[in-house]
Amino acid sequence: MERAEVEAKLTDLLVDELGLDRDKITMEATFEEDLEVDSLGVVELLMALEDNFGVAIPDEEAERITTVGEAVTVVMEKLG
Amino acid sequence: MSRRSVVVTGLGTVNPLGLDVESFWKAARAGVSGVGEITAFDTSDFKVHFAAQIDGFDPEQWIERKEARRLDRYDQLFWAAAAQALEHAGISYEEDDPAAHRAGVVVGSGIGGMISFQEGVDTMRERGPARVSPLAITQIISNMAAGLVSIEFNLFGPNTCAVTACAASANAIGDAAEIIRRGDADVMVAGGGEAPICEFALAGFSQARALSTRNDDPQGASRPFDAGRDGFVMGEGAAALILEDREHAVARGATIYAEVAGYGMSSDGYHVTLPRPGGAGAARAMDNALRNAGLEPGEIGYINAHGTSTVANDATETAAVKTVFGDAAASIPVSSTKSMTGHLLGGAGALESLVCILAIRDGVVPPTINYETPDPDCDLDYVPNSAREAEVRAAMTNSFGFGGHNVSLVFTAP
Repeated sequence: MERAEVEAKLTDLLVDELGLDRDKITMEATFEEDLEVDSLGVVELLMALEDNFGVAIPDEEAERITTVGEAVTVVMEKLG
Repeated sequence: MSRRSVVVTGLGTVNPLGLDVESFWKAARAGVSGVGEITAFDTSDFKVHFAAQIDGFDPEQWIERKEARRLDRYDQLFWAAAAQALEHAGISYEEDDPAAHRAGVVVGSGIGGMISFQEGVDTMRERGPARVSPLAITQIISNMAAGLVSIEFNLFGPNTCAVTACAASANAIGDAAEIIRRGDADVMVAGGGEAPICEFALAGFSQARALSTRNDDPQGASRPFDAGRDGFVMGEGAAALILEDREHAVARGATIYAEVAGYGMSSDGYHVTLPRPGGAGAARAMDNALRNAGLEPGEIGYINAHGTSTVANDATETAAVKTVFGDAAASIPVSSTKSMTGHLLGGAGALESLVCILAIRDGVVPPTINYETPDPDCDLDYVPNSAREAEVRAAMTNSFGFGGHNVSLVFTAP
């Protein structure tokens, strides 16, 4: 999967499953500050990534994700 | 020392008859049934195919989308009712307002987030524990509605929850009034709700033989006090009142709709679902509420009955009213709005308190619809089928819950 494709799919997930505002989603946006995703929302996000990309992200790796772009990178790595 | 007077200054509701107070009240006065075929899921394997559902409720009218999707329907319904009531009362607080520390919430619900509970268990069984939502617990717990309203509207005073089955939101209102009386708050959002229309609750109440099975005539199924009654009709919805210390309300020039004059409780101490025959427990709750209000039985001008449309409740409640009101019982209009709204379970007491307050405000008593065939065990004036004009200076509402919880509230003209 191309990076642009992962970016688009992740953006749709954030809108559809977490109810985020599409206009606020950029690759530089931070989950905690810019998108106001709380600790429960982070768990939802991880579950959505696992369900929709078929990748498993352990909690240690998840802690490194602070921006949307970093989430895309982790998914890309997992997809190989 | 005279006790503080607690008054009602705001009302809100979302229920099967309407998405706001005035449309609900218009439908209730007109004798409209809110019952219909269940649309939320396939009922073909069930003994009961109908319920009183809310059509057209859009949570995003009240709650930001990102938040709304995280909530159980029960939370959404109570949030909408509370938002309406606060707006009606003209009350809002900024986060740094010291007055916000004197404002609180008591919510009541029989079950809480039952739909989410069912979905969460389904997910765990089908897909394993790692797929259970991180929001599962916050969606299920009954008290969360009070927490959410506190978070959204900056209400930082007492915040709690009553879970006494179908008496829950009557307890919530009585308890909230007591919190104001003892000086712990000036303003309380009080009420409750229920969102029980899911497979598990329908099956459970049906197996308890509590529900009407009149599948060929859903709108005629809730027929309190009628000889042909055969059980209650499950309903969803919420109602909220703004209770306020009278001096506080007067000082800010608020419109006062009624006073919360009396609150009485008792326990049947008899059976998990059945009322004690003869209604001695129910009668004690009514007696306690009258004494708490300082009123004589003859001063009550309207009783909104618990009136579930079960064979047992309606006969014992009738007997209890006759015990308490004696000779006056025959001349007091007694109606069950559950004939129209279905049974909102934990939300019923709040919605029916709202009915009492509107009856006082407008001098109109809503009917018991579907009343066709008198039952010798139910021989009061049930305001059959048509609303009636009547000056109501004081009204009582009864709420009785599985477990034997009996609650009566008395509201008086402002």
